Amino acid sequence: MNRKLIALALAAAVFTPAAAQAENVKIGMITTLSGGGSSLGIDIRDGFELAVKQGGGKLGGHAVEMMVEDDARKPDKAKQIADKFLKRDKVDILTGLVWSNLALAVVPSAVKGGVFYVSPNAGPSQLAGRLCHENYFNVAWQNDNLHEAMGAFVSDQGLKNAYILAPNYPAGKDALTGFKRFYKGDLAGETFTKLGQKDYAAELAAIREAKPDSVFFFLPGGMGIAFMKQYAQSGIEAPIFGPAFSFDQGILKAVGDAALGVKNSSQWSKDIDNAANKAFVADFQAEYGRLPSLYASQGYDAARLIASALEKAGGVGDADAFRAALKAAEFDSVRGAFKFGSNNHPIQDIYVREVIEEGGVLTNKIVGVGLKDHADAYASECSM
Amino acid sequence: MSAAFIFEQLLNSLQLGVMLFVMAAGLTLVFGVMGLINLAHGSLYMVGAFFCAWVAGETGSFWIGLGAGLVAAAAAGAIIEMLVMRRLYDRDHLDQVLATFSLILIFNEGTRWVFGAQPLYLDIPDALATSVPLPGGGGYPLYRLVIIGFGILTAAGLYLLISRTRLGMQIRAGESDREMIGALGVDINTLYTLVFAIGAMLAGLAGALVGALQSVEVGMGEPVLILAFVVIVIGGIGSIKGALIGALLVGLVDTLGRAFLHQLFALALPPAEANGYGAALASMSIYLLMAIVLAWRPKGLFPVNA
Repeated sequence: MNRKLIALALAAAVFTPAAAQAENVKIGMITTLSGGGSSLGIDIRDGFELAVKQGGGKLGGHAVEMMVEDDARKPDKAKQIADKFLKRDKVDILTGLVWSNLALAVVPSAVKGGVFYVSPNAGPSQLAGRLCHENYFNVAWQNDNLHEAMGAFVSDQGLKNAYILAPNYPAGKDALTGFKRFYKGDLAGETFTKLGQKDYAAELAAIREAKPDSVFFFLPGGMGIAFMKQYAQSGIEAPIFGPAFSFDQGILKAVGDAALGVKNSSQWSKDIDNAANKAFVADFQAEYGRLPSLYASQGYDAARLIASALEKAGGVGDADAFRAALKAAEFDSVRGAFKFGSNNHPIQDIYVREVIEEGGVLTNKIVGVGLKDHADAYASECSM
Repeated sequence: MSAAFIFEQLLNSLQLGVMLFVMAAGLTLVFGVMGLINLAHGSLYMVGAFFCAWVAGETGSFWIGLGAGLVAAAAAGAIIEMLVMRRLYDRDHLDQVLATFSLILIFNEGTRWVFGAQPLYLDIPDALATSVPLPGGGGYPLYRLVIIGFGILTAAGLYLLISRTRLGMQIRAGESDREMIGALGVDINTLYTLVFAIGAMLAGLAGALVGALQSVEVGMGEPVLILAFVVIVIGGIGSIKGALIGALLVGLVDTLGRAFLHQLFALALPPAEANGYGAALASMSIYLLMAIVLAWRPKGLFPVNA
């Protein structure tokens, strides 16, 4: 008897019409959840999932099926996951990649196959220019943007002799190029450090020797923590500037008081005054028990952009309508005004924030606008 | 370029060198006595740093944290010796590499599971957060001088341990003839656990001291592990004296490469290109050093049992 029941149940499961689930939108997220840099991927995932939870498992009124996999920061692994998502799971939308080198390995071939990719972080210059594609949307920034804003801000401060340093890899070179694009003064020195380097004694001695009036650095992750601590001990008094990556919520605790007062550039901050941002910050804290980071805001905005397009286009069934709806970007971004440029990269304000202490926790507050309605420098190379 | 700048860079070389020695000494000791290649040595460095950060955060004292880091690393070392390493002594090096590599993955994910994915806060004690004036102008962070002190004490302590104590005698005997020392009634299992724990404790010491200067995060041990291997290959695998000389050489070449190579290129090239070439060559300088040493002395500077 029991056996018959089980057999019946199995048969029912097998023969349930697939149509019942056809309305589900499948979203595949490839991000870094283990090893070095995992805190970035975890924040992106949590921000994205918060938006889905707020919608009661739906985005824009459509039930979504989320698949999340860990790329361990390895391009080959990210590629394998993407192939699996595309061929076996037949996802409609891909998202999640943190690192530019992984994005370059995955995105160009994926979007050519017709899937949509919404980037919550990586924005390498290639994908904004030569390799731009109608199905690729970046909801965060083009890699150079935050550095450009800092270059403009340092010049605005009347500083004329900056020392700049970044790791010797593509994003590091983009960073210094971006800074120099808007910085008008002279350079006291320019140094490329080893990627992953944690001891900056030799570089700090060189900075002291060069006597700059300001220091700009792009050292993401643990490199930035190490540099900031050692800079504070070195006794060098030139003010220090950098992009938000080394002063973000997830990292500030580890940097400690050395970061207090540092000006950094970001397209988002938790004190931006709009309803969407207030709801995001409060709900994120309630859900996860910590303050949201820049990366969490990008994950959240990626999900809400997708939600707005699903609602407007009535799902992903009509790819042209969905693409047009994404491009229209009719959603309340937590950063305020947001629109896409011709190459599907944001045109947005880049703010300057200062690290402050608030209730015993280090965090950021906005002190000015670095660049207003800023678009990236590669749009002209894009054929769209 | 002032004399003070050059002097400061030499101090930086020394500081990097002694830290690498503390890290490499444990690695080379374990290889010399037990013939074991331990890739998980970097994980013990991470264990030392995480326990130091955690206990220092709870108690407010860096020094209590440092003590806790040493104990935790030594304990972790003793436990993995008894559970894993003991089964590997008779296997070939490939099996050892495979097993200890899996330990790296287990330690990394385990640490993330226990302490979370975000980096921990660990700063140097306030009393050491000043700098000492250098002759000729400029200052040098006191904490880095303290690290140099710890390194010299470790080197002296290891020398005395190995040349003057009964344990040291057994370690030397173990290096030259494992079976004979067992036959002479020395409890080889205890000796191995002890040696492994000492090596682990040294890794923990390096992790805690350097963690306060750099960052305490998952995966922090692997880059250091690679440098430690370069050091012991240059010095001669298994030789403590070789590890000391190798570490100082690597510290010197790496620091001076980063400080002066791009200036050297700038004599002949425009600044942007000089920076690029200088940075590229500086990142490979220690590997070039290793290649040159190996071409000249294939078994390292101070080969064991030559």
